[in-house]
Amino acid sequence: MSEYIIKNGHVFDPVQGIKGDKKDIAVKDGKIVEKVSSSAKVIDAKDKTVMAGALEVHAHVAGPKVNAGRWYRPEDKHFDSHKKPGITRIEGGKSIPTVFKTGYEYARMGFTFAMEAAMPPLYARHVHEEIHDTPIIDEAALPVLGNNWFIMEYLKNNEVENTAAYISWLMRQTKGYGVKVVNPGGTEAWAWGLNCLTIHDPVPYFDITPAEIMTGLMTANEYLGLPHSMHVHQNDLGNPGNYKTTIETLQLAEGVKPKNTFGREQVMHSTHLQFHSYKGTNWGDFESAAKEVMDYVNKQKNITIDTGNVTLDETTTMTADGPFEHHLHGLNHLKWFNVDVELETAAGVVPYIYDPNISVCAKQWCIGLEIALMAKDPMRCFITTDHPNAGPFTRYPRVYSWLMSKKVRDERLNTFKNADKVIGATYLANIDREITLYELAQMTRAGPAKCLGLMKDYGGLKAGMNADIAIYDINPDKFPSDGPAIEKAFGNAAYLFKDGRICVEGGKVVDMGQKKTFWVDAKVPENKQVMHDVREKFLRYYSVNENNYPVPESYAPHQHIITVDATKA
Amino acid sequence: MPKDVTDVICPFCGTLCDDVVVTVSDDNKTILSVKNACAIGAEKFNHQRLPGRVKRPRMRQPDGTYKEVSYDEAIDWTAKMLVKSRKTLMYGWASTSCQAMSIGHEIAEKVGGIVDNCATVCHGSSLIAIEDVGVPSCTLGEVKNRADRVIFWGCNPAHAHPRHMSRYSIFPRGFFTVKGHKGRKIYCVDCRYTDTAKCADTFIQVQQGFDYELLDAFRTAARGEALPDTVGGVPKEKIYEVVEELKGGRFGIIFFGMGLTHTMGRNHNIDEAICLTRDMNDFTKFVIMAMRGHWNVTGSGQVLGWQYGFPYAVDLSRRDQARHQTGETTSVDLLNRNEVEACFYIATDPGAHFPINAMISSSKKPTVTIDPHINCTTEISDVHIPVAMVGVEVGGCAYRMDNVPIETRKVVEPPEGMLTDEEVLTKINNRVDELLAKGGA
Amino acid sequence: MANKITLNLITCRTIQQGVGMEAGKTSKKYFDACTIIHMHPEDFKKLGAWKNTNVKVTSSVGSVIVKAVETREDLVPGLAHIPMGPWANRIVPAYTFSTGEPCFKGFPVDVEVATNERIMGAIEVVQDACGLIRK
Ligand code: SF4
Ligand SMILES: [Zn+2]
Ligand SMILES: [Zn+2]
Repeated sequence: MSEYIIKNGHVFDPVQGIKGDKKDIAVKDGKIVEKVSSSAKVIDAKDKTVMAGALEVHAHVAGPKVNAGRWYRPEDKHFDSHKKPGITRIEGGKSIPTVFKTGYEYARMGFTFAMEAAMPPLYARHVHEEIHDTPIIDEAALPVLGNNWFIMEYLKNNEVENTAAYISWLMRQTKGYGVKVVNPGGTEAWAWGLNCLTIHDPVPYFDITPAEIMTGLMTANEYLGLPHSMHVHQNDLGNPGNYKTTIETLQLAEGVKPKNTFGREQVMHSTHLQFHSYKGTNWGDFESAAKEVMDYVNKQKNITIDTGNVTLDETTTMTADGPFEHHLHGLNHLKWFNVDVELETAAGVVPYIYDPNISVCAKQWCIGLEIALMAKDPMRCFITTDHPNAGPFTRYPRVYSWLMSKKVRDERLNTFKNADKVIGATYLANIDREITLYELAQMTRAGPAKCLGLMKDYGGLKAGMNADIAIYDINPDKFPSDGPAIEKAFGNAAYLFKDGRICVEGGKVVDMGQKKTFWVDAKVPENKQVMHDVREKFLRYYSVNENNYPVPESYAPHQHIITVDATKA
Repeated sequence: MPKDVTDVICPFCGTLCDDVVVTVSDDNKTILSVKNACAIGAEKFNHQRLPGRVKRPRMRQPDGTYKEVSYDEAIDWTAKMLVKSRKTLMYGWASTSCQAMSIGHEIAEKVGGIVDNCATVCHGSSLIAIEDVGVPSCTLGEVKNRADRVIFWGCNPAHAHPRHMSRYSIFPRGFFTVKGHKGRKIYCVDCRYTDTAKCADTFIQVQQGFDYELLDAFRTAARGEALPDTVGGVPKEKIYEVVEELKGGRFGIIFFGMGLTHTMGRNHNIDEAICLTRDMNDFTKFVIMAMRGHWNVTGSGQVLGWQYGFPYAVDLSRRDQARHQTGETTSVDLLNRNEVEACFYIATDPGAHFPINAMISSSKKPTVTIDPHINCTTEISDVHIPVAMVGVEVGGCAYRMDNVPIETRKVVEPPEGMLTDEEVLTKINNRVDELLAKGGA
Repeated sequence: MANKITLNLITCRTIQQGVGMEAGKTSKKYFDACTIIHMHPEDFKKLGAWKNTNVKVTSSVGSVIVKAVETREDLVPGLAHIPMGPWANRIVPAYTFSTGEPCFKGFPVDVEVATNERIMGAIEVVQDACGLIRK
């Protein structure tokens, strides 16, 4: 494999504490190394910014609901669907790009890893088929477990070991990466057209509460010592006044200790916090609760969050929070897609237009930015758009421009149709902070890598780590002052190295790399009870046979298996 | 010793039964018996060993007879046809695997093909409706475990999806449906008193072509508004009565089929059925599902969806952009208008299932058909390339009518030297690359 | 003098057609399953035909010879059914109203007795229309 030396770049690497110093980065055999031979190809990064490849901690990029969004929204292709220069396939779609476009766009922005945030176990084969077809970036997927019948039955009786054994079995069947929870209990209730809006609402029939489900799953997650923590989309998403439930949920982590060998320090990752930081009693008196929520997040060290930034686009919302999508459809009356998945979960899809002329949307935009700007520890707060829920991931460069330039975001804020009203209901106007390139590297590289249990190989530029490197046309000494310039630089990496191969050059895709699929194999003591329950449920309640449930090996030809051993737990 | 292969997936209909047991001979060459499948599924497996199966490609001669040719020759002919034609209809895909489709799409992108699948003459109307109004649905296990109101509207699973009723929709006992059939109320709406209607508690005979009106009447009744005395031949009392019963259920589902997609109104019928479902969610839980017929037609929609963003009728002839417009990029319309320069059929039989005028148009163009067996299309094609049967002689992924994918199993060896869809397509793809590198055919 | 009656025709799957299809398009099972038109007893009377007589069915796009039978799956008078397949498709109008979906169900046909006419084979019925049969 070829050797490279990246010279004269301004390096930003939280792993080594490098804050823009000029440093050469050497690459050999897919890894970053101390030294390379004199025959190494030289990449001139003078006046450029060099960072590790970015990691997407939470996006909906592969699987049944994403694809439903694609094919039931032909109109989404009208916005942006043409082949771009480079060796690419046809690209289509804006808020829900095709798999080819997904891989290319992440790469063009300097990303090398993406976590598919919600994999319905029964549809795991579909998720992996799409991951297989997504070029360049490494991916993993989180099976959704917060409304799973096995889990609810075990946790009702406080059976943590059985819960853990079932999770271990399920991750092996689905090639899953960790424990995802979406509207715990509420989605099962949705199978009867109901919901759980607080964490103490009992789940119909199962006689357990969302709080108990989350506490139990956190405990099981740490019992197994998984690389990632429980990853939760909380109850009561998107409703005014929900911040109390949000804080109450975050409090469940108090006293829970992380236990793993991956350097992960959180026990709960609370996703798209923007949607959960609302004050008020209705859409009229709706206000930001970013301060209340972030005050709590800042002091509670064993949780991480991501933002869920609204990008003010026409987009496609999609979530395993089935009742929420039904509710949203009731608000905007746009086409409603829903699928309830036997014994496991549900999903809904509804298009949504975040219109800057509507003050609710503008306030949501403020709240998302406030969360990032109020975060004291950038290693615990990651930037997402909960793609495509708050906006497409392809808008990251624009989100960065808002976060990194007070001028750029104030221009936006002050030109909202109802600017006064929006400013009055939010904190943003009074925030001066501008995220630095170093902080950006924390929020998009080192932070998510640590949170996902991948910090050994990802998120930094230390010798021994993966040679996943993004080089941007940004001179930190002359940081661009206008939004479009910032966007252009972050949207078109000068270079992207993936495992030591140049995949993007001058914003053009030049190599498909060799993407890997990550999953976690957690070994647990043999558990006859759980295996019996599995057999029983497949015989009686599932519509597929147990032997046809696993994801075949061939769906992930380049799999990277992370093994954890919980047999001695 | 003969042995049993278990958990086999039936490769015929969208029910995708995955509990079939096939007994095969010791040498893995012959299917001896088939258990659990319905009559159609069993016949599919049995076809594998029928005598007279074509084992090598055939090319039509000037005198109209067919001559055996090598795979290489047939593949070369096909690649040249594809490269030469500026717009090729690449239709079918419903009986092959998703893996094979992916390769086909790669070819289509290079040569400017229009990829369309059997939905185009089947549930295409449903897909249009879903593009318009969405669809609240569920997996089939949800029906089994929860449904207590089941409506079959314009579909006849007793004939088209024979095990659907016993596996999912009428008879099974599930978690919340311990009484099985007894705990469910079954409705059938059709213009004929079908064998499915005979299994229903309530049969509603709609006048042929009046489904839209009747669905609309159901919505009206659900809102408690006034109806004329009869709608589509159904008395209003009956409509009010049924709607009240539906509201009284805990979990209702509408299964619908060609009775809605093929009749006058097409997508508008489905649109109305989906809106009825949506309305019913104001009163109880309600979902709806298309009875997708042809085995993996759903899978074709999925793969096209994630690769191009449209479920069928995907026009790649511009090579840098995918387009989809029903009436324009749909197979029958393309043929009606004589708009393609060549036809490439795989894993389906338009010769039997398209209106004859479309096939007359097709027969005037260079045509290649890839299919395990002789059918009405192979016999009007220039080249027929026989392949192994997917789900019998080779595995691969298929999607059930509720979009659940299942990796199918190989149960026996294909005949000696017979290639699979994936192999044939890969060879065509490579040959196309060579030709394009040389600057065309 | 044979009568001619006008019926509303639908084409649908049947289990026999499904089984026949899988037995092979050239099989007798397929032929038997698809070369029939299901009619109501009253329409038989109007037509003045016995069960199991060959009839000629003509639509706006063409004609086909099939055998008239009575059905287990009851029809109302005036409605007739030919199982889907190449015979039915000889008379299905290809016009799609820009939906892609031809008119498989609900189009008018004339039915007349054609006792002495032969029913073509599956492949023949397609090749014949495409002009591929050499006389
Ligand atoms: S119902 Fe369909 S899938 Fe099941 S055995 Fe019959 S033909 Fe096969
Ligand atoms: Zn979410
Ligand atoms: Zn999400």
